[in-house]
Amino acid sequence: MSYIIKGQTGDWEVVIGLEVHAQVTTKAKLFSGAPTDFGAGPNTQVSFIDAGMPGMLPVLNAFAVEQAVKTGLGLKAKINRRSVFARKNYFYADLPQGYQISQYDQPIVGEGTIILDMPEGSRNIGIERLHLEQDAGKLVHDMHATKSFVDLNRAGVALMEIVSKPDLRSPEEAGAYLRKLRAILRYLGTCDGNMEEGSMRCDANVSVRPVGSTELRTRCEIKNVNSVRFVMMAIDHEAKRHVEVYESGGAIQQETRLYDSARNETRSMRSKEMAHDYRYFPDPDLLPVELDEAFVADLEKNLPELPDDKKARFQKAYGLTAYDADVLVSEKENALYFEDVAKGRDPKQAANWVISNLFGVLNKQGVGILESPVSAKNLGRLIDLIADSTISGRQAKEAFEAMVESGKDTDTIIAEKGLKQITDTGPIEAAIDQIMAANADKVEQYRSGKEQLMGWFVGQVMKATQGKANPALCGDLLKKKLAQ
Amino acid sequence: MSPTFSIDTATVRRIATLARIEVTDAELSTWAEQLSGIMGWIEQLKEVNTDGVAPMSGGTDLKLTLRPDVVTDGDMVDQVLANATEAQDGFFTVPKMVE
Repeated sequence: MSYIIKGQTGDWEVVIGLEVHAQVTTKAKLFSGAPTDFGAGPNTQVSFIDAGMPGMLPVLNAFAVEQAVKTGLGLKAKINRRSVFARKNYFYADLPQGYQISQYDQPIVGEGTIILDMPEGSRNIGIERLHLEQDAGKLVHDMHATKSFVDLNRAGVALMEIVSKPDLRSPEEAGAYLRKLRAILRYLGTCDGNMEEGSMRCDANVSVRPVGSTELRTRCEIKNVNSVRFVMMAIDHEAKRHVEVYESGGAIQQETRLYDSARNETRSMRSKEMAHDYRYFPDPDLLPVELDEAFVADLEKNLPELPDDKKARFQKAYGLTAYDADVLVSEKENALYFEDVAKGRDPKQAANWVISNLFGVLNKQGVGILESPVSAKNLGRLIDLIADSTISGRQAKEAFEAMVESGKDTDTIIAEKGLKQITDTGPIEAAIDQIMAANADKVEQYRSGKEQLMGWFVGQVMKATQGKANPALCGDLLKKKLAQ
Repeated sequence: MSPTFSIDTATVRRIATLARIEVTDAELSTWAEQLSGIMGWIEQLKEVNTDGVAPMSGGTDLKLTLRPDVVTDGDMVDQVLANATEAQDGFFTVPKMVE
């Protein structure tokens, strides 16, 4: 048990469940033909259905159903062959229908599992359910002194609400869960996982209990935290708040709280009156969703390789360590890049270049692999040139830095910088002869036993060849000549 | 017959609030009585034996109609905002609401 809160009355552990709203990757909305692109002008992506106009009827987007089922399969979850859309009733300015079409007691996907690789070992986190629902519109509060502005572009966009079981026991596990879920969604292509643009949002249910206890105490729900780091900070803060309340003799009220990242604290949302009486009932505009076995089987057969499987394959096929494999599979694009570089080359060397050199550069520049200044083809070529002794490891590093700087291809950089390693014995021997002739005293000292002078000779040869002599070859030739 | 399931005035007030319907105190008892009457009719339905019959989610044997994932709608701000009372810069506007 890694995360323990030391209280005055004893040790406490935290119990966390996460609800993730993931925007389903579709062109059109869940129940209308309006587009879903991010960043369009206000209310330009709104149909009469999304605007809640009287008499408009929702028609379910078939691809959204497919995406939800695919996600369920990726989470190794039970696919419910029959599910039902229900109305969740509440009034809010971003919800023109006066209800959200969601799923209640019969969601499209049931229980599943996400496996986390934690430093202490792997942990299986249960998925409670996944259901489809509509997103609400967006409210803008800072455009007018007395009015809020309403943009319905997002209203009706398809969301998957993915609910975990209360299996998470630390902020770190919550962070790992979110990163793993995001990776799975991105591998599947069912959600782009972009937390900044709001296409993945997270609510955290947090409670605490004394270590050793199995009770579930009253939880608080922290709403809409928009980065993995903030989710972790919000949980840590909230758990400590609960311990303080209990230890000072108070009680926790079940409520919704907002996380304020600027102050690193949560505070009570002065909640919408009776907001939790949603009066769900089956939506009479929509019939139950019935999936036939062949449809599900076909999606399952065509599922892409997911992070866990890819990691296992990387370890087995390429002989990578668990850590390196984990780093490489965390993003689908990184894994693809690595495999391009590794193809037909030494995989460990490829992994080393990608992880130690390339990722270092990308992190520093704050860009992803798709914006990498060095393509997989060019990095591969660089490794080839080391393998066939055209350049030394040191020259490769120099070339790599220049490639990062200029974006030019490997061969151009090698030519421009004259980085070819001298592997012909001729020029190296000539240099050695010259140096030996000019330093007869040192040759004498070496021959009479001062063998540490070898380093000095190698240095001189490298200097004479502008660093281009193959160091190993240089050493061999020197040894031979000095011994004569 | 007398209703076996009665709705009191407090429940009527709560339902009215949730539905944003203004009901005066004078109206409460009338609504309570009428709603209790309706519930009484529903109670009668319980007399029908429905053992082994799955609850119905739709009124027909039709299958759900699906749409392909194709953009066919939107791009009509003016029409969408046509009935809005105080539209501004392409937005609907409402009295300021901040948590």
